[in-house]
Amino acid sequence: MQRKPHILVRLLAGFVFAFLLLPLVIILGASLTSGTFLTFPPQGLSLRWFSFVLQQENFISSFQTSLIVATFGTGFALLVGVPVAYALARFRNGLPGWYSSIFFLPVLVPEIVFGFSLLKGVIVEYDLPVITALLIGHTIIAIPYAVRIVGASLSTFDFAAEEAAISLGASPIKTFFTVVLPNIRSGIIAAFILAFITSLNDVSVSLFLTGPGISTLPIELFTYVEQHFDPSVAAVSVLLMFLTIAVIAIVERSLGLSKVMR
Amino acid sequence: MKRQLGRSLPLLLVLPGTLVVLAFLVLPVLGTFSGTIGPAGNRLALYETFFANSNNMRIVLRTIRIALIATVISLVFGFVAASVIVRTNGFLRQILLVASVFPLLTGAIVRSFAWMVILGRNGIINSTLMSLGVIDQPLTLLFTEGSLMIGLVYLFTPLAILSLMGVLESIDESVLDASASLGATPFGVFRQVTLPLAIPGLIVGGVLVFTGSLAAFATARLLGGESQKILPALLHEKAMVSFDWDAANTIAVVMVALTVVVIVAAQYTARRFNPVAG
Repeated sequence: MQRKPHILVRLLAGFVFAFLLLPLVIILGASLTSGTFLTFPPQGLSLRWFSFVLQQENFISSFQTSLIVATFGTGFALLVGVPVAYALARFRNGLPGWYSSIFFLPVLVPEIVFGFSLLKGVIVEYDLPVITALLIGHTIIAIPYAVRIVGASLSTFDFAAEEAAISLGASPIKTFFTVVLPNIRSGIIAAFILAFITSLNDVSVSLFLTGPGISTLPIELFTYVEQHFDPSVAAVSVLLMFLTIAVIAIVERSLGLSKVMR
Repeated sequence: MKRQLGRSLPLLLVLPGTLVVLAFLVLPVLGTFSGTIGPAGNRLALYETFFANSNNMRIVLRTIRIALIATVISLVFGFVAASVIVRTNGFLRQILLVASVFPLLTGAIVRSFAWMVILGRNGIINSTLMSLGVIDQPLTLLFTEGSLMIGLVYLFTPLAILSLMGVLESIDESVLDASASLGATPFGVFRQVTLPLAIPGLIVGGVLVFTGSLAAFATARLLGGESQKILPALLHEKAMVSFDWDAANTIAVVMVALTVVVIVAAQYTARRFNPVAG
């Protein structure tokens, strides 16, 4: 028999779920208003704010920057992170036990401290362009995801299969791509998605790295909200939510989310 | 030859990743640390100046207070929601899980903005209360300690739920049944069985929420504003508005120190409650 939580606990949980979801519903409602002001319930339904934001040059170009930075930043992080995860799982005796903690440092250092330090110590010091700065910052943000999530899927991989392939004559590199990689594919995809979404939403690091003319969408939104208070931000928020839902749905369809999130 | 490669292979594999983290994270942050060392004679001069300013001191204390309260509320919310999720099956469970995780996938800007719509001068609460005739003047709900707290709790409750689901799921139901059949009240079961078993999850969740609150710049600015400034906003202001990099360095070190203290305290607590896991 399933134990039911106390009625008070269930009521309180209902409140918590409402607390989590209602604000998102309210944004959806506010984005559909046909009026000029942010109100809920909306005054008449229209999609005017959606067409408005899709014509805003600064939203579109910053969104493109965000996509480029998130894609390549996460890509670089996987490129350096997957070998690390592999080495940590495969050669437990070859590396000291504390070694893996190096790759969790980006989680420990408050993002805002990292962004400021990167700006001061690297970007200004070597006079790097904004897009390079953003790529470096977002690579660092994504590295813990690459190492941790790929590492988790490697921890269930039986390296005997790899040794078997090598003893049958396959080169180590071919073995990695034909034996190891297919087995950790879902881990790599999960790492990519989580890091990508984190990067796409990042404020605290990008804040220090964006410059004149080049900005990421969250920074552009932040600046916009501080100056104007109209339904356009609600519309952008809704578009971002649908993008997130679409990404998750595609992964769910092609892989099964439960398999990926394992 | 082959053996040599075998021995250096692990190092070769971790080298690029290590260099990236060292060059772009560790060294710059160490640079920030060393930037706070004062001139010979008084190495702590910058800290003395920083803490001598009563406004800075107030912001530090406010940051700690708000982060602590937000942590406690998020953990309570997370505990309640997680304990219902782990006792639910099938489709409803999926729905509840998505409801808990989805806010996590939207950014801090979107989530803080939602509360601006709710709490603002012409926000939902004010316009509802005014149209009901309860108030004549809009209440100041935004840019208060309350709005900042709500924003942080909203930001981090999903993390608390996820941290607590694992531990709550692993509690054997027969243990709960046993203590109930031995005469424990529902509250007694909670206090003497469930809560102690959930401590590892509470600690992990607590650290995530507290350290997250220290870094929540967007929420701090959009919901706390100028009147409820906390450390991340102060760091940004010193670094990018007044270009007082000495002060910004100092704030950065204070923030890292707070993070480290919390993590060490959490590890100590975890070890006390569970000597095996330590």
